[in-house]
Amino acid sequence: MSSTLIAEIPGHEIPSESRLNYLNANYGIKSWLLTTDHKRIALLYLGSITLMFFVGGFFAVLMRLHLIEPEGALVAPEVYNKLFTMHGVIMVFFFLVPSIPATLGNFLVPMMIGARDLAFPKLNLLSWYIYIIGAAFTLYAVISGGVDTGWTFYTPYSSSFSHTSVIPTALGVFITGFSSILTGLNFVVTIHKMRAPGLTWFRLPLFIWAMYATSIIFILGTPVIAITLFLLALERLLHIGIFDPAIGGDPILFQHLFWFYSHPAVYIMILPGMGVMSELITCFSRKRIFGYSFVAFSSLSIAIISFLVWGHHMFVTGQSIYAGLIFSVLSFLVAIPSAIKVFNWTATLYKGSISYEAPMLYALGFIGLFTMGGLTGLFLASLATDVHLNGTYFIVAHFHYIMVGGAVMAYLGGIHFWWPKITGRMYPDAWARFAALVIFVGFNLTFFPQFMLGYLGMPRRYAVYPAEFQVLNVMSSAGASILGIGYLIPLIYLIWSIRYGPAVGPNPWGAKGLEWQTPSPPPTENFEEIPVVTEDAYDYAGTTGVARG
Amino acid sequence: MNGLIQSWLNFIGAAATLIPIKPAAASSIAEGVDHLYFVLTVITLFFTISIFATIFYFMIKFRRRSPNEVPEDTKEHLALELTWTIVPTLITVFLFVWASSLYFENSRPPRAATEIFVVGKQWMWHIQHPEGVREINELHVPVNEPISITLTSDDVIHDFYIPAFRVKKDAVPGRYTELWFQATKVGTYHIFCGQYCGADHAEMIGWVYVMSPTDYAQWLSGGSKNETMAQTGERLFTQLGCVTCHVADGTGRGPSLVGVYGKQQKLASGEMKMVDGPFIRQAIVNPNSIPLPNYPPIMPTFQGQINEEQVLQLIAYVKSLGTQQTEANGK
Repeated sequence: MSSTLIAEIPGHEIPSESRLNYLNANYGIKSWLLTTDHKRIALLYLGSITLMFFVGGFFAVLMRLHLIEPEGALVAPEVYNKLFTMHGVIMVFFFLVPSIPATLGNFLVPMMIGARDLAFPKLNLLSWYIYIIGAAFTLYAVISGGVDTGWTFYTPYSSSFSHTSVIPTALGVFITGFSSILTGLNFVVTIHKMRAPGLTWFRLPLFIWAMYATSIIFILGTPVIAITLFLLALERLLHIGIFDPAIGGDPILFQHLFWFYSHPAVYIMILPGMGVMSELITCFSRKRIFGYSFVAFSSLSIAIISFLVWGHHMFVTGQSIYAGLIFSVLSFLVAIPSAIKVFNWTATLYKGSISYEAPMLYALGFIGLFTMGGLTGLFLASLATDVHLNGTYFIVAHFHYIMVGGAVMAYLGGIHFWWPKITGRMYPDAWARFAALVIFVGFNLTFFPQFMLGYLGMPRRYAVYPAEFQVLNVMSSAGASILGIGYLIPLIYLIWSIRYGPAVGPNPWGAKGLEWQTPSPPPTENFEEIPVVTEDAYDYAGTTGVARG
Repeated sequence: MNGLIQSWLNFIGAAATLIPIKPAAASSIAEGVDHLYFVLTVITLFFTISIFATIFYFMIKFRRRSPNEVPEDTKEHLALELTWTIVPTLITVFLFVWASSLYFENSRPPRAATEIFVVGKQWMWHIQHPEGVREINELHVPVNEPISITLTSDDVIHDFYIPAFRVKKDAVPGRYTELWFQATKVGTYHIFCGQYCGADHAEMIGWVYVMSPTDYAQWLSGGSKNETMAQTGERLFTQLGCVTCHVADGTGRGPSLVGVYGKQQKLASGEMKMVDGPFIRQAIVNPNSIPLPNYPPIMPTFQGQINEEQVLQLIAYVKSLGTQQTEANGK
């Protein structure tokens, strides 16, 4: 988006080393742990979730190694059950849910709307501390012997039968939920009240629309999972019959409550990624987004419909066939706005000026993998095929295409795109493109065979399996090792670039958007003068000689 | 259309001998599910490949040729937006109708289905035939006959899954669920537990043996049964002392159970309830939750004293009392 600055930014010509910015404004551990600067809090989150990502990823690597042999190559079944549980809990609640909102969202929401910070900076810091406390409980659960209920915590297994650290884990997830709620609240208020002069709703970058839709789910959905896990803990500690039929409860009630949050949570993970996509595709094709209002409203309709589809997780629980029909049709419906987005991103490329820096490669990878993930969702919305595929590796493959192929690709694309803005440094582009390719290949090799395994009937969460499934399992494990390496490469060169990468100017990609009009890294107050916005988002056309800094 | 699909399925079947691609299809619904699966696969591949191809074409055709290149603006195109909103909507409506009617048609077992009872228990399947034969992790069924499976669980949620039949249903503690199938090919097929249930979840597997009718009759008579499910239930009825109150002629402290099965029963609240399996189970494990008029709520709960298999046997006994009554009336 183009804007007229009231005054020239004086910091433009000064090399980034000597200029005062949010990173060098003050020093010392205390200046970080007590900061209320949204950009520093974003980096605190970035460090924490990266740690959690590699912990969760480590568990996944162990699982795939174990499954190379039908009788299990590595660990006892009890240990395997803990591995997939901890992998799921950590990846879902401590990486995917906070990933884009808490890092890129925290960094970019004020910058993209021309504000100096979020509406409630102290609340923002508090939400990070809450996240850390929640993560500490969960990591304690890992150290104290782990938990084996599956990330879904299904009752009555979790409440009355498991002998593992269910309470610390559930408490960790319960606590972390409050950090999501506070972040969502902060974003909604900020987006409503702190937009720069002239920045109307329909001039907002689509990343902001996506953050807004995500925040709504945070605020409306998270309390439900908190209540659910609280009830689970009550039953486990005090034997109050809520979910266990032996003491008068209903185990299916738990699934209703759990999925009422956890299906919308899938959209918490993917909507921000869709927002990142709209920024990347436009920048690297130098085009206005095709169908702005369609993309914007599809985010909102996804957020709303996502609350009405939870029953499609329960087609085989014995739920009434009429309920099944309604949840099936609504699940088909939620696919439409996603399809609209994919078509609009593709159309945005038309007659563009397309370049292929690393963030764009991640973006294109996202479109392909997300399309696969979305379309395979149709198999599961279809009642007749869901009966066969539910609970098999088909499900595992489907949601990894969405959450890893989609959300993680978009997250990495976004990190690569805004890295020069965040750090003021550029990473080696060739390595970054190579990593994008390795991740794409490794990902497909890992998860495509799992679609086939699912159709063949191999159930998920099996520590041992019949020998006829071995070939496909070995392929998947081979892919996982490539994928693991693919994720380590960016970790190395991005850390390297903080110290050794070449310094960059305010706008290395020639991108539109307010965040690119302030120096890299930005000053603590983001903008010397609050910008006044006079044009629509992604106004690439007509601006001759796109400035590269 | 069907011929084309069939020849494709044959091709896939041939390829399956190299890398497994397609599971065995051995039930009356398997083929229908596979056709739907095939069409879904075609739709998925079509859109994925179309979008990939379009992106690659645009990537090459519209690559940046000079660093300062500025493309002209593309106008928004309402007709295009509507097209790619409406076309996917129509496709999903088509899929919904197809998948749902397939599911709906097969959601209820035919009346003539043979009933078999399955209780999931960490980590095995307890299976009872009404004739009295009991099996663990093995299920013998005749080919080409509808079989209805009543499921429940003694502990956590399990899931009874036979991939070759494309059927699956959760075994939920505290309630009865039902699935049915009609096997079409003699053979041996996997039974898996499809819902994570604890340490040995992956070992909670078994085999279903589909047999020719003569083999099945032979197997059934050769089993170690000495009494039918209803007879075992009758024995339990005496052992547990049920018989002291539920006297057949209605003079006991509890209602007579003769002929009640399948009838409407009036509760103390005035509500009418059908006396069926779930009702009898509730009356045994939690009798005070359904008090009857004219009878004081004095029956103790039997929860924890009998297992789910025994509950099923008692239900079979009560059901058999109903049948006797009807026969007697007929005479």
